[in-house]
Amino acid sequence: MNFPLPSLVAVSAANPWTYVLFAVIGFAFGYTLEMSGFGDSRKLAAQFYFTEMTVLKVMFTAIVVAMVLLFGAAGLGILDFSQVWVNPTYLASGILGGLIMGVGFIVGGFCPTTSLASASTGKIDGMFFMLGGFVGAYLFGETEQYFTNWYNNAGYYGRLTLDQVFHLPIGAVVVLVILMALFMFWGAEQLERIFGKKDLSKEPKLRPVGAAILVAMGLAVFFIGSPSLESKYNKVKFTRTESVPQLNGDPVVNTIVYTADEMLANRLVFITPAEAFKAKYNQSMNPVYLDVRSEADYNLYHIEGSVNVPLDRINEVIPVLLTEPPANSVFIVMSNDEAAAVKAWKILVGSSIQNSYILEGGVNNWIAFFGKDDKTLRPNPNAGEDQLGYLFPAALGSRYDSCSPNPQEYETLEFEAKIILQLKRDKSGGGCG
Amino acid sequence: MTTQTRKSIFRRPEKAYVHPYIGGIVLGIILFLAFFLTGNGLGSSGATARIDAAVVDAVSPSHVDNNPYLLKMAGGDKNPFDDWIVPVFFGALFGGFSSGFFNGRLKFMTTKGPNISNQTRWLMSFLGGVIFLYGARMARGCTSGQALSGGATLSAGSWAVMLAIFAGAYATAYFVRKSWL
Repeated sequence: MNFPLPSLVAVSAANPWTYVLFAVIGFAFGYTLEMSGFGDSRKLAAQFYFTEMTVLKVMFTAIVVAMVLLFGAAGLGILDFSQVWVNPTYLASGILGGLIMGVGFIVGGFCPTTSLASASTGKIDGMFFMLGGFVGAYLFGETEQYFTNWYNNAGYYGRLTLDQVFHLPIGAVVVLVILMALFMFWGAEQLERIFGKKDLSKEPKLRPVGAAILVAMGLAVFFIGSPSLESKYNKVKFTRTESVPQLNGDPVVNTIVYTADEMLANRLVFITPAEAFKAKYNQSMNPVYLDVRSEADYNLYHIEGSVNVPLDRINEVIPVLLTEPPANSVFIVMSNDEAAAVKAWKILVGSSIQNSYILEGGVNNWIAFFGKDDKTLRPNPNAGEDQLGYLFPAALGSRYDSCSPNPQEYETLEFEAKIILQLKRDKSGGGCG
Repeated sequence: MTTQTRKSIFRRPEKAYVHPYIGGIVLGIILFLAFFLTGNGLGSSGATARIDAAVVDAVSPSHVDNNPYLLKMAGGDKNPFDDWIVPVFFGALFGGFSSGFFNGRLKFMTTKGPNISNQTRWLMSFLGGVIFLYGARMARGCTSGQALSGGATLSAGSWAVMLAIFAGAYATAYFVRKSWL
């Protein structure tokens, strides 16, 4: 099995158990917060006067434990990390919003979830905080329009994780975060001793053991490393249905599960220029044309609206492809012929980018189909494999007629539809958003 | 403690809170399981916004139609409650209540510093809630959705949010010390 389970990533009326599961997760969450003392605003506020550092201890213990388990499971290949929601980075609104939250925290004495634990156990101040929360969230909804551009664009980096920021392997970041947390716990206890007059000799003696276990687990994550792109690629499965006509009666519909290599071998991911073109006018999908050729070839000729991402730089755009696109994005990769596009497709599929397809025969085939009447484009007899098969009078980019075929002229095009839209959850629904 | 148990189930003997590190380990395992099974972390402020959107949608649907931010959650055929965060929110309310129930902490009271009246504390709580949720919506997540969940997945933006929360609170603490000390 591949975790997270695709049937559980979102609540759906079709599967009422999803509501139960999320309610159980929420229950455990609320229960733990209350039993840790977060229903009492004094315990929360004490964090900011150094008398009691419970907030920091609980929060960072939870973060490092969850982190080490998450990246351990991802390293062992049980968990597909690319399907795990990672809050996209909006630096400007995140930092300003965070500062505002900090003010609200110390003024009100709670954060949203702890106010739930507080209000539900009868604390009147917790109830007032909850009420105020509804007002605050409402006010944001009413005022967002005045700074929507800033809110949605300032300091936007997409799905960005700390290993990418510091150019370190993810396992190294895990170990460093654990060491930092342990140092903070030590510091927090010293502060409690000084400001809170706390007797540290009454603290559990097993703390160093716990710390040692954490460090050992962190080192294990480091040495396991991340699963290779190849191993992730080999695990991807595609489901296709095939209807077999029967002599008498309804056709039988078979469901076949293919590996990625079988999809290539059966040419199920190769779409004709006609289908790639028509995708633009299909309301149900949002095609993204990824041109993986060199910049020189791209400048000579490219399909209108295609994005140039040379094959050796495709890894750079994967985080963006993973976070931002709407659920119905279809990625159509193309090279001059197919070789480079197939390589790019394998990287996309290994990175869990859904709805990836290859332009059959590449740009050459596109020109052969849409540009056959363009006399300025002459076939190049000397073109090698996966090279441009035409000679161009000038590097006009997408200004040849065939780069943006006339939709009226090509109103009716016959093709065998290969694109089967696989809808993933709407990413905007993730996280607290 | 036997004298306290006689009245009703709501008068269970009050138990001590668990040790912070134990609470943290349990919370970490829950957070991991949430990610592992569903790909989503924990959160709650999103539900507050969604409940707001549902109320606005019920009171004035045309207002939703004129507000792009609310339109992402409500309006048309969209049900603002159709999101995982909503059952998590109500689950957390019930979970907090249950822990209070089993540990003898169900009690109408106001938690506050010694030098502040109940009424002032309520006002401050309310104000804090307004400010916090405004910031939480701006940062696209609160202490749970950003700091906790994003912290565990090592999201760069979430770590920035987390540091900003602590910075904002420490910077303000001196000015509201009368509430707590």
